[in-house]
Amino acid sequence: MSHLPINETDLQAWVDAALPEARRAEVEVYLAGHPEDFERVQAYQAQKKALRAMFNPVLDEPLPDSLRAAAAPPVTTAAARWSSRLAGWPAWRLAAGLLLALLGGATGWLARGQYPGGDELARVVPLYRQAAVAHAVFSPDVRRPVEVGAEQEAQLVAWLSKRLGTAVKPPKLGELGFELIGGRLLPGNSGPVAQFMYQDVAGQRLTLYVTTENPGNQETGFRFAQEGPVNVFYWIDGKFGYALSGSIGKGELGRLATLVYDQLERK
Amino acid sequence: MDSHAILGEIPRLRRYARAMLGDRAAADDLVQDTLERAWTRFAQWRVGSDLRAWLFGIMHNLRVDQLRRPALATAPLDDYEEQWATRPTQSDQLEVMDLASALSQLPEEQRAVVLLVALEDMSYAEVADALGIPVGTVMSRLARGRERLRLIMAGQLSVNHLRVVR
Repeated sequence: MSHLPINETDLQAWVDAALPEARRAEVEVYLAGHPEDFERVQAYQAQKKALRAMFNPVLDEPLPDSLRAAAAPPVTTAAARWSSRLAGWPAWRLAAGLLLALLGGATGWLARGQYPGGDELARVVPLYRQAAVAHAVFSPDVRRPVEVGAEQEAQLVAWLSKRLGTAVKPPKLGELGFELIGGRLLPGNSGPVAQFMYQDVAGQRLTLYVTTENPGNQETGFRFAQEGPVNVFYWIDGKFGYALSGSIGKGELGRLATLVYDQLERK
Repeated sequence: MDSHAILGEIPRLRRYARAMLGDRAAADDLVQDTLERAWTRFAQWRVGSDLRAWLFGIMHNLRVDQLRRPALATAPLDDYEEQWATRPTQSDQLEVMDLASALSQLPEEQRAVVLLVALEDMSYAEVADALGIPVGTVMSRLARGRERLRLIMAGQLSVNHLRVVR
């Protein structure tokens, strides 16, 4: 048994039943010999009880509609912020152009001479743009940023590898502060592509977009593109195309891309 | 973070806000502001961390912002007193005040700690976390707040509204 003198913190913790058993016994011995302190801590206990009695009924009051509504994600924050950012985007203009081209193709052969058909046009959507749009769509998602979470990483890897028809594995970016939160399958130009998502302690998200649709089997060095608020580093390695996207500085994103590249090379 | 979990925390946020502010409409406004701010910061919330503590922290910060609005930063005189005022023996005619008005006469900082411990059953460490202060400060505010509340209730403390300009 310790013999530390009883201090005010002990007395407060006694009121809140927050003391370890042995210390509580010591405090009670002390209180037995100090009636003024005993009276005081009893008053604190009564105070605590009275506060609960007074305010606990608030718990049972029906919620005002305004508060009930505020519990749901507001359309005026994340979603609207992204759509307003997206509004000025080349990606949207491209999508609009695509739609026009498809309409043109469907409604009249006149358009054929001027626009490529929808299928051909879709094929020219460059890797970085696909990746940036996928990043913009999924990374702000609160509830379902990923289809399969990092806690099921083995399943995620097995599933995506199977669907892409080749082994894909998310690199580890922990040394630069980003942890995998999961991944999802997305439609690419002609088949499935994979997206892995990472997050740092500040909640910033990164996505790694992996395609196996590259027909040319060429290789490129790192390339950088900026799509609205999203920065993208991308490169092609054999049949694989990779794009790392995030709303973070070019320098930091470049370091992350190098780390991804190094790990993919090693496999 | 999902809306169902948040909905479940609203009654507690309301209870605490009501006790802090005393006024129903002002308290519900504070809760509403808290929820709105929470949604703009959802990215900062880590999956698996304590949603309640996070929301209380946001509410506390909003309240601090509200109080900061007057240009002059003040601290309760109480924080500068080394000793408790001695019990005024001549006024033994006890004037017992009701709890709500006694509570409203506690300095904000002490009221927050007293209420989080009493109503929320938070541990001292959780209170420290929600308010962004060291545990030692939680303990001294708790001790001062409880004692002050006791003395006000017993009519033994004339409330000092003076504040010290920092």
